Amino acid sequence: METILLFAPLVGALIAGFGHGVIADKAAQVLTTALLFLSALLSWVLFLSFDGQTESIHILRWIESGTLSTDWAIRMDRLTTIMLIVITTVSALVHLYSMGYMAHDDHFRDGESYRPRFFAYLSFFTFAMLMLVTSDNLLQLFFGWEGVGVASYLLIGFYIRKQSAGAAAIKAFVVNRVGDFGFLLGIFGLYLVADSIKFEDIFLIGPQLATMELHFLWRDWNAANLIAFLLFVGAMGKSAQLILHTWLPDAMEGPTPVSALIHAATMVTAGVFLVCRMSPIMEFAPDTMNFIVFLGASTAFFAATVGLVQNDIKRVIAYSTCSQLGYMFVAAGLGVYSVAMFHLLTHAFFKAMLFLGAGSVIHGMHHEQDMRNYGGLRKKLPYTFWAMMIGTLAITGVGIPLTHYGFAGFLSKDAVIESAYAGTMGGYAFWMLVVAAMFTSFYSWRLMFLTFFGAARGDKHTHEHAHESPKVMLVPLAVLAVGAIFSGMVFYKPFFGDHHKVEVFFGIVEAKAGHDEGHAQGGFNLIAPAHAATASAGTDDAAGHGAGDDGAEDKLGRGAIYMAPSNTVLDDAHHVHWLVKLSPFIAMVLGFAGAWAFYMTKLDLPRRVAESNPVLYRFLLNKWYFDEIYDVIFLRPAQLLGRTLWKVGDGKIIDGGINGLAMGIIPFFTKWAGRMQSGYIFTYAFGMVIGIAALVTWVTIAGGK
Amino acid sequence: MIASDFTTVLPEVLLSLYAMLALVVFVYTGKDRHAVLSIWLTSGAFLFLALILAMGTPTGTASFGGMFIDDSFARFCKIVILLSAALVLVMGQDYAAKHDMLKFEYPLLVALSVVGMMVMVSAGSLLTLYMGLELQSLALYVIAAFRRDSAKSTEAGLKYFVLGALSSGLLLYGTSLVYGFAGTVEFSGIMAATSGGDLSIGLLLGLVFVIAGMGFKVSAAPFHMWAPDVYEGAPTPVTAFFATAPKMAAMGLFARVVHDAFGGVTADWQQVVAVLSVFSMFLGAVAAIGQKDIKRLMAYSSIAHMGFALMGLAAGTVFGVQAMLIYMAIYISMNIGMFALILSMERDGRPVSDIASLCMLSKYQPLRALCVVFIMFSMAGVPPMVGFFGKFYVLRAAYEANMAWLAIAGVVASVIGAYYYIRIVYFMYFGAESEPLDTQTPRRLTVILVASTAVITVGAAFSLFGIEPLAQLAAESLAN
Repeated sequence: METILLFAPLVGALIAGFGHGVIADKAAQVLTTALLFLSALLSWVLFLSFDGQTESIHILRWIESGTLSTDWAIRMDRLTTIMLIVITTVSALVHLYSMGYMAHDDHFRDGESYRPRFFAYLSFFTFAMLMLVTSDNLLQLFFGWEGVGVASYLLIGFYIRKQSAGAAAIKAFVVNRVGDFGFLLGIFGLYLVADSIKFEDIFLIGPQLATMELHFLWRDWNAANLIAFLLFVGAMGKSAQLILHTWLPDAMEGPTPVSALIHAATMVTAGVFLVCRMSPIMEFAPDTMNFIVFLGASTAFFAATVGLVQNDIKRVIAYSTCSQLGYMFVAAGLGVYSVAMFHLLTHAFFKAMLFLGAGSVIHGMHHEQDMRNYGGLRKKLPYTFWAMMIGTLAITGVGIPLTHYGFAGFLSKDAVIESAYAGTMGGYAFWMLVVAAMFTSFYSWRLMFLTFFGAARGDKHTHEHAHESPKVMLVPLAVLAVGAIFSGMVFYKPFFGDHHKVEVFFGIVEAKAGHDEGHAQGGFNLIAPAHAATASAGTDDAAGHGAGDDGAEDKLGRGAIYMAPSNTVLDDAHHVHWLVKLSPFIAMVLGFAGAWAFYMTKLDLPRRVAESNPVLYRFLLNKWYFDEIYDVIFLRPAQLLGRTLWKVGDGKIIDGGINGLAMGIIPFFTKWAGRMQSGYIFTYAFGMVIGIAALVTWVTIAGGK
Repeated sequence: MIASDFTTVLPEVLLSLYAMLALVVFVYTGKDRHAVLSIWLTSGAFLFLALILAMGTPTGTASFGGMFIDDSFARFCKIVILLSAALVLVMGQDYAAKHDMLKFEYPLLVALSVVGMMVMVSAGSLLTLYMGLELQSLALYVIAAFRRDSAKSTEAGLKYFVLGALSSGLLLYGTSLVYGFAGTVEFSGIMAATSGGDLSIGLLLGLVFVIAGMGFKVSAAPFHMWAPDVYEGAPTPVTAFFATAPKMAAMGLFARVVHDAFGGVTADWQQVVAVLSVFSMFLGAVAAIGQKDIKRLMAYSSIAHMGFALMGLAAGTVFGVQAMLIYMAIYISMNIGMFALILSMERDGRPVSDIASLCMLSKYQPLRALCVVFIMFSMAGVPPMVGFFGKFYVLRAAYEANMAWLAIAGVVASVIGAYYYIRIVYFMYFGAESEPLDTQTPRRLTVILVASTAVITVGAAFSLFGIEPLAQLAAESLAN
């Protein structure tokens, strides 16, 4: 089953990609989509029937070289199954959606066959992503990591005639290279100390690493911190965290389904997945973990501020993604990996839906993306409006405060923020995230108000012809809406609410081996209402501690994630002050009120605020000038160096030297050698005599004793 | 002199007896009517002897009081000599038939020179060496001038003879110096005399003169000047022969002398050989650029290749000898292929050898042009053709013997040399239209060309057909 699940997308990609001359456009689309739905179905079956115990499924021997022995194998654990459902579900829906979205495209000429290529890329991406999450060693993971990078490159630059798309594709690729370099160094480092790149081996050496020193660059570092940091650099690139985030907004040049699948739901979360996957190493690297928290919180804040002023509907959502990824990293960095995965899961649903909804708006508005030209679309695109509304309610975190009823984002984001408070004692990360939550609410509602409310702006003709999208595009929206509403409530317990259930869910302890009769009977029931156990949360936690304490070391390498015995953030987060629990809700309300004031009542307020704070406005509009700074620091010197090497180094010195040698010096000697060859015997004999005389003279002077 | 001595030299004795007997028999029977038979018989004899040598195991002992050595090294060289001589003889038959060279003496002279070569690589003393060398050379002088009615051919023969005589003089002078200062002409004796690692000035001079004499035979610069003229003037089958078997013999002899006789004073001859190597590589590469005649070009090409082979020797190690042997085997297989093309170059029934006549060969003889492409790339040392591996071995040998400068010089020279090899490819595929060559080519030449191309193209995939361990065995038996 696992094998079919994994390779179905590859089969689809190969057939659609290479067989497009043989099979019809439509057939290629239907085939890839059907195979993806098959994968999605199998993933859900697997997820629901999975008991949490790690298994390894061997596929083939891959590399044997010296002590490096790597199989191609599937590691099946809770992390994998979570990622499987996220990837295959979103991917299947995006495939379906694309059948409508890509039906007609002005970027291509009439009669040009581009759809099979698009679907092949999508399927290939899905395959690579599945490889990434199912891998049982670092090399296979790296293969998937690079595979999704390639697919991302191909899809961002899918509009081959659009200059900016090509540039964005290259930018994404190059920026990711920087991260991948760090990632590779991390893999090398692990191999150096563990002599293996298999997870089952490297998960056990965390305690050793913590006491080891590794020399890197100019000094010795703690091995665990160094390796964890290097791995995290890879994650930073892939997940568009601060410093390496610049490619993500530009990646919106690709078709919108691509943004939904790759740049919102799946690929960009690979970094979070990596940190969670490497939790047995991360737990022993406190300094790196602090850094992850700091960077995640900063990214969440930074991206939210930039999102406030963007006008392109896709860019707003892109910065929102960047910001939400920051939330996930904060959770992962605090050691509550389950919460990071929780937010990853819910975010995949509502963010994919927001993107697909935005795609539907763009589709309906004839590829107009500037929100300033929207307005009043609620009536024209009713289904899209409601989908976007649900997505917005989910991302802003609407729910009933202090209970566990609410949209997906309400539960997962609150879990992150509570963990942040518990983990940092109300420090930097917590405040950054709360402020970011307020901004999130503001820009999300701004998007809604600008797009669907108020008066129609922009080109009148476009507005008159605005139309609702076809059914193939609306059905995926509906399915994702279900996820955006319910996924938080359904999965609250096993991801965050209950320590013991978390441990069972992630396979850290076995469900049946419960020391507590009550737990054994309760077992693990996915569909159980999330609130049922709230009353007994206190006792559950206590029991959870008990389970966590005995044989803590034995847990290393077991289950999908590892939380060190000293890591109590998960439990502390349950006991934070009620005001802390309320804080994201307050932030959300404030953001909503602000957006209402700016864009529904006092319509000239945004302009006045912008005009009264021109510096701040421009700072945000230009994304904190990151691109400009990089331009000065990296691009210009690199271009200068390149041009120097090209014009002077290559052109003058190398070409000049070679030309001089080949056209001046060598022909001179050739002529000379020709003249020596006179054809007369006496010349030749003379040459030989001169030769022997020279040799004898030289040898007697140099070697004679 | 006992029976076992004669068993050791049995192949040489057999070949000599065959040559003399055949000479007499053919004179009294059909004379030139049996020339074709003579060619095939001689080739058969070569193959038969090669088989005998390959099947048997070397005795490893020196017979005739140390004058004649039968070891793995000698056998390796002899087998290469015999096989290449047999092939070249067969290759030249059509040419000989067309151009009035179909005389029964020709193969027999080749056989006699092969006897000389076999003696050379087995030489255990300076006298045996000289005897083998002269036997070889005298036969070669004659066949160089084999077309007596052609002014060029006789000129080539004469030039070769006069300069050869000069080189023999140098060699003999060196021999006498060595004899005077070491008191013996036997290699083992010379080895013993120089065992202290100390070389008297007289021995040193003797060594240099001997090296100069041998350098003439391998056409190493600055003793190379005869080669272009002789290659150009001699009939093409003879040129093909010159470029193959005698080179192997001379290189074998070279290795034999420096390792067997002067193996104790490596440092003294190393520098001399290295200088010869550098001169040869550069002169071969630079001078070939100006050539318009393909036979002259091949002469310079072989000078450059000898430079590379000498680089292996200059390393002065077992691996160096091994590299040299591999290089020579590869060089010969490439040359056989190339001469299979040159032998077939005719226009209106007359042999032509100017490079420009190859222009646009790809248009009307695509297969042969493609084969030549592979051969040229192999000669230039482009992987994955075997020519690359030959160069790789000698460069590695030089590098490992702490002669990195020599290896670097070799690489530079091979880059320069690549120019004229690839220029031939350019002519064949992009050259100006010219009067095409005759397309009627003997089938056997095409077969040999294709076979040679196949060998040098896929050789690397088949570990050079197992030649490496054989060459290693040979090298170990020589330089221990």
